[in-house]
Amino acid sequence: MDVLYFAWVRERIGVPRERVETAAATVSDLVEELRGREDRYAAAFADLSALRVALDQELSEFDSPLDGVREVAFFPPMTGG
Amino acid sequence: MRISVQEDPFELGAESDAFAAGIENAGAVVTFTGVVRDADAGGLQAMEIEHYPGMTEKALTAIAEEAMSRWSLADALVIHRHGRLAPGERIMMVATAARHRKDAFEAAEYLMDYLKSRAPFWKKEILAGGSADWVAAKEADEDALKRW
Repeated sequence: MDVLYFAWVRERIGVPRERVETAAATVSDLVEELRGREDRYAAAFADLSALRVALDQELSEFDSPLDGVREVAFFPPMTGG
Repeated sequence: MRISVQEDPFELGAESDAFAAGIENAGAVVTFTGVVRDADAGGLQAMEIEHYPGMTEKALTAIAEEAMSRWSLADALVIHRHGRLAPGERIMMVATAARHRKDAFEAAEYLMDYLKSRAPFWKKEILAGGSADWVAAKEADEDALKRW
């Protein structure tokens, strides 16, 4: 699946998007997997309460299943307007 | 209903005129415009607005559709810019049209409240000294959604 990062999450991880091959069942499982990869992921995902997630461009929850999802995005709370 | 996510500036007068001209049977047109504010005078060099292409348009459309149905609006318009903006530049505008002003005002406030916290935009302040800070979401903005 494609994993996208925005704002300071993108800056901490260092790329705007990447392709991730995973068998993670939920968003939380995916986060755990990414945290284990490298320090920059651990830094970006240190505090999940500071993050939001969208699955296929719809706001979702960290316990949401990833079954059939093509695009996951992580970002801080939005500041439009 | 029109949603536009764009990098280019927009003409407030022309957009308002075009919006109002397209309305039939509405006695009230409300417009709101957001402007890049220099919070500590002279300290802000630019505001960079990042967004999530694809999701942004979807989210704004869903928010505007909800407003259209809740307040029986004759029409609604949302324009939101992204990219690098200087202090004083217009960031966004909403316009609503309804038979009566109460609906038009309320729907405009609803659009503003939702697009602040539920549309995927992120603001970064570039300060005169060269440092940059991501604008943090305010609890008050999240609380504002509870009244709807």
